[in-house]
This record gives sequence, C-alpha cells and structure tokens, in this order.
Amino acid sequence: MKKRSSFHAVLTLVVLAGAVLLLSVWNISCGSVSLGIREIWKSVSGHIFSWQSVSSYPGDEMVWRIIWDIRLPRILAAVLLGGALAVSGFLLQTFFANPIAGPFVLGISSGAKLAVCLAMLLLMGHGAAVTSAVLILAAFGGALVSMGFVLLAAGRVKSMSILVICGVMLGYICSAVTDFAVTFAEDANIVNLHNWSVGSFSGITWENVRVMGAVVLVSVSFAFLMAKPMGAYQLGEVYARSVGVNIRRFCIRLILLSSLLSACVTAFAGPVSFVGIAVPHVVKHLLGTTKPVLMLSGCFLGGAAFCLFCDLIARTVFSPTELGISSVTALFGAPVVICMMLRSSGKG
Amino acid sequence: MSAPYFFTDHMTVGYGRTPLIRDICLHICRGQIVTLIGPNGAGKSTILKSIICQLKLLGGSVYLDGISVKDMTERQLALRMSVVMTDRARTEFMTCREVVAMGRYPYTGLMGTLGQKDQEKVQEALELVHGEELADRDFARISDGQRQRILLARAICQEPELIVLDEPVSYLDIRYKLEILDILKMLVRRKQVAVLMSLHELDLAQRISDYVVCVEGSTIRCAGTPEEIFRTPVIRRLYGITRGSYCAELGYGELEPVKGDPQVFVIGGGGAGIFVYRRLWRQGIPFAAGVLHEHDVEYPVAAALASLVISQEAFEPVSRKAYEQAAKVLAGCSRVICCVETFGTMNARNRELAELGKEKMILEYSCQEPCVDLSDLLH
Repeated sequence: MKKRSSFHAVLTLVVLAGAVLLLSVWNISCGSVSLGIREIWKSVSGHIFSWQSVSSYPGDEMVWRIIWDIRLPRILAAVLLGGALAVSGFLLQTFFANPIAGPFVLGISSGAKLAVCLAMLLLMGHGAAVTSAVLILAAFGGALVSMGFVLLAAGRVKSMSILVICGVMLGYICSAVTDFAVTFAEDANIVNLHNWSVGSFSGITWENVRVMGAVVLVSVSFAFLMAKPMGAYQLGEVYARSVGVNIRRFCIRLILLSSLLSACVTAFAGPVSFVGIAVPHVVKHLLGTTKPVLMLSGCFLGGAAFCLFCDLIARTVFSPTELGISSVTALFGAPVVICMMLRSSGKG
Repeated sequence: MSAPYFFTDHMTVGYGRTPLIRDICLHICRGQIVTLIGPNGAGKSTILKSIICQLKLLGGSVYLDGISVKDMTERQLALRMSVVMTDRARTEFMTCREVVAMGRYPYTGLMGTLGQKDQEKVQEALELVHGEELADRDFARISDGQRQRILLARAICQEPELIVLDEPVSYLDIRYKLEILDILKMLVRRKQVAVLMSLHELDLAQRISDYVVCVEGSTIRCAGTPEEIFRTPVIRRLYGITRGSYCAELGYGELEPVKGDPQVFVIGGGGAGIFVYRRLWRQGIPFAAGVLHEHDVEYPVAAALASLVISQEAFEPVSRKAYEQAAKVLAGCSRVICCVETFGTMNARNRELAELGKEKMILEYSCQEPCVDLSDLLH
C-alpha cells in the first residue's frame, strides 16, 4: 500500500516533468515564425555541439536568433516563474492552513506590482537603468508590506473568507494606485509599464533569466529544506510546536520565502493570477498526498507546465496580438478554484 | 516518593496580559496520573496551554526534568513532553501512519526520513492503541474516537516522559472513553511516564487519577487524592451544583426530585425499584419509597428522586417504628407499587406493608409492563 502510493507519486512527478519538456519544445517551435522539430534540432545542435558549420544553409542564423534570443529566455522565464508562483502559493496555503490562500488573492502580488511600478517610474524619471536586482528588491519590499497588512488582518479576523476578501480589496487598492501612477507617467514609459502591468513573459532577457534563476532556485531549495517542519505544521500549530518546531522562526521563514518568490514573479512578469491556488490544488489531487517534499516538486513542475501552456496560448491564439498572461491563467485557473470552493463547502 | 519529574513554581496563567489563575504549584512524578477537574471555563485548558508553551506564562516558571522550560530548546522540550489537545488536526491525504510518524519529528534528520527504528516505534505505538488496521486509512476520514487514538499514538511514539492531554475523551462514546483511559494507564505502568490531563468525566477521573486538582475560576480550589476530593460536598461546591444531586463517591448525578405530597408508595429493595423510581420521576408523579436499608443499592436513587424515603439503618431488620411511619405515608397515597418479589428476615415488615396496601396495589407495574396509566395522579 505504502510502496504503491509513493510509486504513484513519483510517476506523477515524472509525467509532470515530461509535460514541461514537451511544452518547452512546443513553445520553441510555435510562434510568428513556426519552426519544425528538425529545424530546431539542426540549429541547436549546430550551435551547441558545432557538428556543422554555422552558416551551413541560409536563414540558419535567423532561426538560431529566434530560438536563443527570443523563445528560450521566455520559456525559461515561464518555467522558473510558473514554478515559483505555484510554490509560493503552496507555502501560503501551508501557512494559513487553507487551500484558497495564494499570492494573488491575498494582494501580495499587487503590492509587489505597485512597488515595482513606483520604482520604475522613479528610476526612469531620473534616467537611471532599471536592473533585475532593483526590480526584485522593489517587488520584495512591496510584497512584504502587503503581507504585513494581510497578517495584521489575519490577527484580527478568524474567518479565512474574510481574510481573502481583505486581500482582494488590498489588491484593488494597490492596482488603483498603480493605475494612477501609470496615468501620470511620461508617454514613453507608458507602453512599457502597461505591457508589464497586465502580466507578460515577453521581453525577458538572458540577464533577467540569470537573476530570476538564481533567486528562484535558491528560494525553492530553502523551501525544500523546510519540508520537515512544513509536514509537522500541516497537523496544526499546536502539534507542530509539540514536536519541536520553533513556530515563530518557521513562520517568518515561510512568509519571507513565499513573498520573495511571488515578488520575483511580479518583478519580471507582472501579476500572474490563480497559478498559486489552482496548481497546488490540482497537483495535490494528482499526487494523492500532501507530503511537502513531493508537493514542492510537484508544484514547481506543475506551475512550470501550466505557465508554459498558458504562455503558448497567450502568444499564438490571436497572433500577432499577444494576450496578457494573467488573462489566460485566470481563464484556466479560476474555474479550478471555483470547483474547489464548491466542493469544500459541500463537504461542510 | 521520588522527586517530581514535572513541577510548576508559582505559575500565573492567562490570556494576553490578564492573569486568570495565579500561583499554581503542580507536581507530577513519573508513573503518576494527575487530573485537572472543574467547571466549564474554569481555566483547565488555560493551565495546560501555558504548560505546553502555547500561551506565555504571566509569572512563575515550569520545570521539566529539573530544568526550566524557558531554558530548553524546542527539541529538548519535544523529547520530554508530548501533547494531545482539543484542536482538530485537519489533514488532507494523510494516512494515520503518517500522522503517527509525525511524533518521530525530534528524532529524525534534516529531511525527516524515518529510519528502521522510527518505523518500529510507529508500529509499536499503533499497536498500543489498537490502531494497526487504521494505519493506511485517511486520517480525515475516520471517526472521532479513532482519530483520538491515532493522536494518542502520535504522542506515544514521541517517547515523552510527560504526556499532556486536554479533555482526551470528551465527545467519545463510552467504549472509546474507557479504551483511551485504559491505554493511558497501561502506558503509565509500562513506561513510567507522567500524565497531566483535564477531564470532564468525574467518574472516570476518580478511577484513573492518582492525584486530582480542582480548578475553579481564579484559583486552584483544592487538590488531593481521589479519596479526598471525590466527596459530595467538595464536588457540589466546586461545580456549584444547586439543582439535582450528585453523589461523588459513586460518581453519578440525579436530577431534581418531583415536588409535592407522595401519590404513590413504592415498596422497594435490592435494586428492583430503580427503574420504577425513574419512571415515576419521568411521569412527574411525586412518590415515597420505603422501607429501604441505607446500604441498599437503590437507596441513593430513591433518596435523590423520591419526595420521601423511609429508611432503616444498615444490617438491621426493619423496625416497628419505621414500619409505622411507612404505614402512615402509605395511607396517604392513592396507589402502591411493590417491586419486591421475595421477603427475607431483614425486610419481613415490608411484607406486612404490602398486605396493608393490597387494595391500592398496581400489580402489573414493572419495567417490562410500563403501560399502566397513572395520568389521573397528575395534578
């Protein structure tokens, strides 16, 4: 029984990893210039393994540029940020012991968004360069301030649904202030800001990918190190404390990690909705367990696959017009959340 | 007596900054079960929560194994003390074995992987609570009684020297109540652990506790062995029982008797009358009982429910005086019920009493035939 269930969980993880790989290849091949598998293979092998001379046939250089400069960073961003978002959602759900907690509904993404927006306007106004590190720092600051408000509210209200409403309201306030700021920004900056504030994986550079890769991978590794207390915390605070978890330290770390992860997403891709709730929920049911180690791996892979899929749709369905990534994730994620709430309220 | 394994030194507890109970000094030795009793909201849970560090102490200190809890790390504390509280553990897709295994937390490494020894301990704890067949079931989908046993197994496989339990048997049916307490007692005997718990079930508290602490509002009213505490006046005062009666020695309570002049005279003895008393009480008919010996099993029930009981000292035959008194009361009643089938030397006069009340006798009235209509006796 026990062996079978862990085998099942590992198999699910392998399938999820396969999905990520498949969607990545699909993402490379689809777009305004569609590339065949053979073409991709030729170009990639040519450049990486130097099996063929670079200029073996005309147009090869262009194919390589499309793959290497445009599609690959975007794919990596979708993988890293999608994974980060799902893991951040799982951490928040563990902390609040509630499946509808997530960085977006609690207003943490929006807080980060506001901070990034203000930082961008300020820096661009002074003609300074906006680096990845600055974006992340600003987003992290904004996320922490929002998180602070949410925690204050959580101390006052017992009901999780009221807390979520507070979070959603907080999100609206932040979005409204962001909109004001965008309205009064200089024309040249507006296009940039607008694109970003609806959420998008476009325009990601390799420098961005390196920074987000470092932040996300380090944060997720830390999350894995916290898997043991997380498992104890799933039984409730009282029982976690009684087996020797330092609750204060654990909670602070959990909050910092989840804020950092969702801040990282917001800094590069803007607010992306519902991934943080829908993915952990689906993954939990696929795995048939809530063991933190399995859930963290599953959420990362699931979030990555989900964002790759949504980005594919955002890029290609109404091509050349690109959809906001958040609209697509909401379209697929929100129904999952609705189903989840209906089912849980049905149970009583 | 050995030195106490656990003690509190003038501990003051409460929520926030408001002290609720001051200067609590509890002592528990290994192999001892100490029970907190007291009315709802008296602060039993507050004391327990303060001891397990869920609430901050407002004064004094708690010592475990001779060390102040304040100076211990979480892990050091977890190696010595485990808890079963009333908080519902809400899990998803977690098997009972996984829940129990959480008790091994202080013993496992960085990633919490269970070793051979840990697996054995989990299995042993499951066996101790008779929960082997629950091991692979979903913790969220078992009954309250089963869940409580699994939580107890979790506390056991933590291998503590002190187990703290907050109302471990509330909401459980009588079978599980007895089972949980049996397991606790066995644990105490086998492993010499110390147990501190709160109980609402006074009868069970009296049976299992080595020491009882009465918590009432802002004070510890009294503490002592069950023999000292389970006295009717002590318990009545502790719980402020003003209606009905409570017999602390036997551990049962009766409701308020029906008031008024007795309408029915019940000749009882030997336990045969208990159901008759209860039935008359339910029907709201005031009755008298007699002549009962004071050591008769049904005497406490009659004393609690009848408006009048004519009694005789233990081990003495029913006296002339008691008989005459009973005859007078019987004359004032409109019906007589005789529950006794055979009379002996000690209650020979009750036979005379039955003869006396022959015309008013309801013969068919018994627990098997409860259909006699007594409604004319009401008002």
